[in-house]
Amino acid sequence: MNSRAEAGRSGKNVRSDCLVIIERHDGPGDIVLKSKVAALYGRSIRALAGEMLTSYGLSDAHLAIDDSGALPYTLAARIETAIRRLDPAMTAEYLLPYREGIIVPSQRDRFRRSRLYLPGNDPKLAVNAGIHGADGVILDLEDSVAPAEKDAARILVRNTLREIDFMGAERMVRINQGDAGLADLNMIIPQRPNLILVPKVEDAQHLRIVHARIEELRAAHAIADEVFLMPIIESAKGAVFAYDIATAAPSVVALAIGLEDYTADIGAERTLEGRESFWMRGAVLNAARAAGIQAIDTVFSDVSDMDGLLASVREAKSLGFDGKGCIHPRQIPVVHQGFAPEKKDLDKAMNIVLAFDDAQRRGLGVVALGSKMIDPPVVKRALRNIELAVKAGLLSEHWKEENNEQ
Amino acid sequence: MSSNTVINAAGREVLTNINGVESAPYAGVGKHHPAGRKYAPPIASCADYPADGNKIVGSLREALERAGLRDGMTISSHHHFRNGDLVANQVFDAAADLGARDLRWVPSAAFPCHEPIIRHLESGVIHHIEGSLNGPLGDYASSGRMRGLGVLRSHGGRYQAIQDGEVHVDIAVIAAPTSDPFGNCNGVQGPSACGGLGFALADAQYADKVIVVTDNLVPFPCVPWQIHGNLVDYVVVMDKIGEPEKIVSGTTNITKSPDRLLIAELTARFVDAAGILKDGFSFQAGAGGTALSFALFLRDMMRERRIKARFVRGGSTRYLVDMLEEGLTDYILDGQTFDLAGVQSMRDNPRHIHTNPFVSYNYHGKGNVASMVDVVVLGATEVDVQFNANVVSHSDGRLLHGIGGWQNCLFSKCTILPIPSFRDRIPVIVDQVTTLCGPGELIDVIVTERGIAINPLRRDLIDATRNAGLPIRRIEEIKAEVESLCGGAPDKPAFTDQFIAAIKWVDGTVIDMVRSVERMP
Repeated sequence: MNSRAEAGRSGKNVRSDCLVIIERHDGPGDIVLKSKVAALYGRSIRALAGEMLTSYGLSDAHLAIDDSGALPYTLAARIETAIRRLDPAMTAEYLLPYREGIIVPSQRDRFRRSRLYLPGNDPKLAVNAGIHGADGVILDLEDSVAPAEKDAARILVRNTLREIDFMGAERMVRINQGDAGLADLNMIIPQRPNLILVPKVEDAQHLRIVHARIEELRAAHAIADEVFLMPIIESAKGAVFAYDIATAAPSVVALAIGLEDYTADIGAERTLEGRESFWMRGAVLNAARAAGIQAIDTVFSDVSDMDGLLASVREAKSLGFDGKGCIHPRQIPVVHQGFAPEKKDLDKAMNIVLAFDDAQRRGLGVVALGSKMIDPPVVKRALRNIELAVKAGLLSEHWKEENNEQ
Repeated sequence: MSSNTVINAAGREVLTNINGVESAPYAGVGKHHPAGRKYAPPIASCADYPADGNKIVGSLREALERAGLRDGMTISSHHHFRNGDLVANQVFDAAADLGARDLRWVPSAAFPCHEPIIRHLESGVIHHIEGSLNGPLGDYASSGRMRGLGVLRSHGGRYQAIQDGEVHVDIAVIAAPTSDPFGNCNGVQGPSACGGLGFALADAQYADKVIVVTDNLVPFPCVPWQIHGNLVDYVVVMDKIGEPEKIVSGTTNITKSPDRLLIAELTARFVDAAGILKDGFSFQAGAGGTALSFALFLRDMMRERRIKARFVRGGSTRYLVDMLEEGLTDYILDGQTFDLAGVQSMRDNPRHIHTNPFVSYNYHGKGNVASMVDVVVLGATEVDVQFNANVVSHSDGRLLHGIGGWQNCLFSKCTILPIPSFRDRIPVIVDQVTTLCGPGELIDVIVTERGIAINPLRRDLIDATRNAGLPIRRIEEIKAEVESLCGGAPDKPAFTDQFIAAIKWVDGTVIDMVRSVERMP
């Protein structure tokens, strides 16, 4: 047991976070609060802190909170982190009630066009992440979190999964590599994420271990909803074993690509045109398709270059990819636009769907467009294109009715 | 309730006497009817001024002395230099040297650069300030230490108050980037160019004595003469009157926040869905990051659909100037320039029109340009479920901002407040605003990142935007969602019984009062 520990951040540029310092000393306990919202929520902050100290048997500790407008779930995460750092043997979790209605089960083949990365230990971006309409939101425990803050990030991400409504986006967590990632799962899986991103996967074995641990935890916590896996291929070896990885476990729904590490691994420099990674992207895409799962392209890292992003998405789409990573919310609509069908494809898709409807109505087994027969996979593709267009806001949901009116 | 207060038409308890002047309580929008005649300054005679037109005196101190500075007088100044003003502090340093006491300062706005004024408030040189109280001055007033009541007026309300004689200015000090010895002056030329001088118009027209202070003296005639020398008593030349680079405050850059950008985009889409965006329309967007971003989203739609505005009301920035130069609007009608591109455009482009609070905002005039604007986009610190809004105080009760042109702009055909639904842990939508600055009946739409709320009074807007695919929600719903995130409804800040400021409505009536905060955080 230490005599003093702290967690969180304070300072001029810190928002929606707080710094918590806990000290054990002789004499009665107290709570010292400095907060920019003291007039509005001072009572509420003190009540939560007092309750937590009591529940951890630390009522006699001295607790100082320097608050920059942290929401209750952040405040609780920081206090818990400080307490666990004070007493590393402490394993009890302090869980605030689940917010109702925020858990939305996912499906294997749902759209995964855009997935927004959020640094796991920074609370200010998560609360409104859902409003930007990404298909998935990733709470990141890996690269965006400093090694010394992994414990804090895990607790904050856990609380985020219990509290924040991502408004229909798939709830994703990127765990750490290797054993640290398995430890992450213990705290994350009970909070019912939809999907786990596993970084730097190089062989099927590691993924099988991850899968087994998740299944264990699902059973232990009686979680009925599936937890999907999206391994990230970001090394030469990973690319070679891509198919094995894609088929390592039934819960793998997509292969994703990380190019920063990959280009370093093969000794190339990452360029805008990306010739150095062309083979690898093709290999991963092909492996994913062979395994019957989705293929997701890397992120586009220049957040100010929206034209460049659109071109990059169109290229990824033309190669066969289903999605792209986003590091800024403003990239999301551009990614959706890029994956949406172009006008001529959309017109064609609409005609095919109308012909299909017509054939259904007339009880015909065969769909024909003019003199051309339409195969079922083509109809399926047309339906998917229409859905993409509707989701990107290019086509009204009621396009059939509107089509009739004209 | 004390005997000298009444409950006004907005349900707020207000004083009937503000700093010794009888003040009518707010009676409702358009309900107060003024009587009587405008205030008039004393008649002057050419015989008392130099025939050669040279009104230059040696120093600010000498000018104040000659203007007859006495205890208890009212001194005014303008804020076209925003946070780069170097004159106001010197005026009161000079007044202190002359031994004056109990002065009233009536700036068109004050900025953090005016923190040294606190010294003069403490020492008794200044009795109180009637003008925006923000930053260090806001904290000073909120702590209850200022002797008189602060009086916060809109830009139009300040013109109205001076015109109507509610505020009698003894000495107006007008910092002018270029002047001739006669006092003809402008703000568009010289090393300290700041744009227009419109905020000093009422002062020039109605003050007993007018002192022009410049750092760029030119021979007669100074052209253009935004202020006429025939209104001016003395001209003072000094080394430097302002720092134009500080005109550009932090509020004149596009926001980078993804949430604010989303709000700006939703606002532009709403304007489009409401049918406002059509050839010949007009809009006004202030200088905040969200409002500027809104203007850019609007610009892109205008470009794409070849729509041209008839006029855009500024606060001008380089973004509006670009739109003018690109031909997306016929005119900019500009009351104040927010950056140096705006200053240059006002000087060089005949379609960039210099306006002032008389032509733009004055409620006691023969018509109101503000009510001719199709859509205006404004900020607010709080709104309540009746769409009333607060723009002057923080949720913890401290004075934070001036009113600026905000109240005046509410008369636009469509008033939209694009605001975040909460800031960190501060909900922006509340049951009742801490300080009432604008009545809900004039505020049509609130755009937040969590949805758009339309004032139920605007059935037309509700109908027009129903099927536009916009996230339109009830204001109570957004409020409940945010409160649930923040851990319940916030506590009310604790106030003392001591009034520290009055908030005037555009017609000079008192719409609300501000009390001092119990314990400053």
